[in-house]
Amino acid sequence: METEASAKTRVTNKKTAGKLLIVVVAMFGFGYALVPLYDVVCQVLGIGRFADIESGKYDPKAQEQIVKEMAANKDLTRNVTVEFITVLNGGMKWEFKSLQKEVVVHPGVMNTVDFYAKNLTGRDVIAQAVPRVLPGNATKYFTKIECFCFTQQIFKKGEARNMPLRFMVSPALPKNINTITLSYTFFDTQPVALK
Amino acid sequence: MSDHPTGIKRWLFTTNHKDIGTMYLWFAFTMLFVGGAMAMVIRAELFEPGMQVVNPNFFNMMTTLHGLIMVFGAIMPAMVGFANWQVPLMIGAPDMALPRMNNWSFWILPFAAIMLVAPMFMGGDFMDGQGPAFGWTFYEPLSGQYDKLAFFIFAVHLLGFSSIMGAINIIATILNMRAPGMTLMKMPLFVWTWLITAFLLIAVMPVLAGVVTMMLTDKYFGTSFFDAAGGGDPVLFQHVFWFFGHPEVYIMILPAFGIVSQIIPTFARKPLFGYASMVYATAAIAFLSFIVWAHHMFTVGMPAAGELYFMYATVMIAVPTAVKVFNWTATMWKGSMTFEVPMLWAIAFVFLFTIGGFTGLMLGVVPVDFQYHDTYFVVAHFHYVLVTGALFAIIGGVYYWMPKWTGNMFDITLAKWHFWVSTISVNILFFPQHFLGLAGMPRRIPDYALQFAEFNQISSIGAFIFGGTQLLFLYIIIKCIKGGDKVSDEVWEDAKGLEWEVPSPAPYHTHVTPPTVK
Repeated sequence: METEASAKTRVTNKKTAGKLLIVVVAMFGFGYALVPLYDVVCQVLGIGRFADIESGKYDPKAQEQIVKEMAANKDLTRNVTVEFITVLNGGMKWEFKSLQKEVVVHPGVMNTVDFYAKNLTGRDVIAQAVPRVLPGNATKYFTKIECFCFTQQIFKKGEARNMPLRFMVSPALPKNINTITLSYTFFDTQPVALK
Repeated sequence: MSDHPTGIKRWLFTTNHKDIGTMYLWFAFTMLFVGGAMAMVIRAELFEPGMQVVNPNFFNMMTTLHGLIMVFGAIMPAMVGFANWQVPLMIGAPDMALPRMNNWSFWILPFAAIMLVAPMFMGGDFMDGQGPAFGWTFYEPLSGQYDKLAFFIFAVHLLGFSSIMGAINIIATILNMRAPGMTLMKMPLFVWTWLITAFLLIAVMPVLAGVVTMMLTDKYFGTSFFDAAGGGDPVLFQHVFWFFGHPEVYIMILPAFGIVSQIIPTFARKPLFGYASMVYATAAIAFLSFIVWAHHMFTVGMPAAGELYFMYATVMIAVPTAVKVFNWTATMWKGSMTFEVPMLWAIAFVFLFTIGGFTGLMLGVVPVDFQYHDTYFVVAHFHYVLVTGALFAIIGGVYYWMPKWTGNMFDITLAKWHFWVSTISVNILFFPQHFLGLAGMPRRIPDYALQFAEFNQISSIGAFIFGGTQLLFLYIIIKCIKGGDKVSDEVWEDAKGLEWEVPSPAPYHTHVTPPTVK
């Protein structure tokens, strides 16, 4: 036997549950919305994977201008050590190293360093190198003019070659930074077949 | 006993809030022992430097599953169990708002738990650790390497469904089914804390579901949310995870605040001091929990402005939390205090939770966190808030309401032994871990440098005593269910609240005609 009052409560309960369900669905969507939101925040702050965009990597014209300005203000009295780290993602079977572990450079002067990679996977690989500059606040003072990380690198089975990196350190580099570490991680862009 | 099915069918098909509450509590208790056994393996391995008991991957699996099981299997279901039993009793409702969904949200849980631990027994050698071994926070990209990741993901989905349905049910019950005269600001504080907790649950469990769904599509369907090779970002994972993760820690502690706020006034024989401020403090903590998540990842490389913001916001949480601690203290001040077993647990909660709160403040300070991050100091901190915080409140709550549930008083002598041995051993267990962390011992490692040996041995001894003592708790509960001194309807002298107005043991159906609240 259901009283009128309890029947009314049943209806209200269903309505409340329905409204709360909308909140649940909206919050699931919000979780996904955090992804573009995160990109926007990184872009505005110029951090994370947007750090390189700010340094002008994707705009050759602007970069030319920046390089010119930097070269005009070159500082031969200042020494900055640039170290190189090479990393392979997820047990990728490659040989990958920089031919010099570190170089001492002057701000505003062009430098070239060669990296060596060899494909040991036994198949053709399209690889992508992702750079990272440490400390993070040195990123925008480190300009890559030519880099194997700008494009995907195709390596035939067993192929080995040198890849150049041309870069310049800005004379505006804060005085407290004397060592910059550049790290490259190589990724195999083909998804590995599932076991 | 003729008005409901008996035997196994009673439990499978039940829509009764008391039956479902009982099942939640037993499930949580079972998981406490499963997760506790894993903690024993961890402490056994850490008893001495070097590798003795298990291999490193098995050890990692133990820390991972221990964390997941205690969070999602023990603490959260225990709190939902309390909500099921107590919320209708305390607000004068005949049952939960959506009884069938209530049945469903419980019965999902055992299957979720099985899916979580089943991979342990699949594939190669058991002792190599076949289960998830990437830490309870399952950070990408490490977790993405795990070959049986889908089990973990779907287990989390099921846990999420269960929690969300439970939360919707609790909100609907509290909003729609209060007895006449029970205004929101007359509700017992336990009901208030659960109302706010339930809102936290429906806000963040879907985000957790989202983040594991992203992991799923990353691993099996070629998306790249977190995979740097495809343009994703592993740091994004940490942000989304902790957007869920920080409210989650309040989901575990707010109902504990509620339980303690019920126990202390009863045995201090005074109304709760600052009731309204307690309600607002709870709401303030819940709100702040959404805007502090990145304090879990200070060392990830954030801009200084971000670190400062998250530091200030985090430290701000101390204000409403202190309001609570001061209110509990003020409730006891000049009260006619007696020290029955539930009160002992509640007082221990106030002391020891506050220690955990203070270490939390230390961790919230950015320059200090850089030193403490991922050390045993963090382990000590969150075990003070979750074991001597949430778990102690749960145990206190069981002692407080069990006489009402069973109609019998528990064995008081044994219960006092349980309290004193637990309280002393839990401090032997976790206090030295502060020192280990300050001295630089990292968390989540199966082996350590020699200088950490003594404190680890002390900690392990405390762990074995604490773990063993909980078997006494099991014995006390079974003994209480089987019999004991009959209790009055009021149970505790001059206890206030609707739950003490129904007979002891609470009949299968209560508040069929709603009581009137003055």
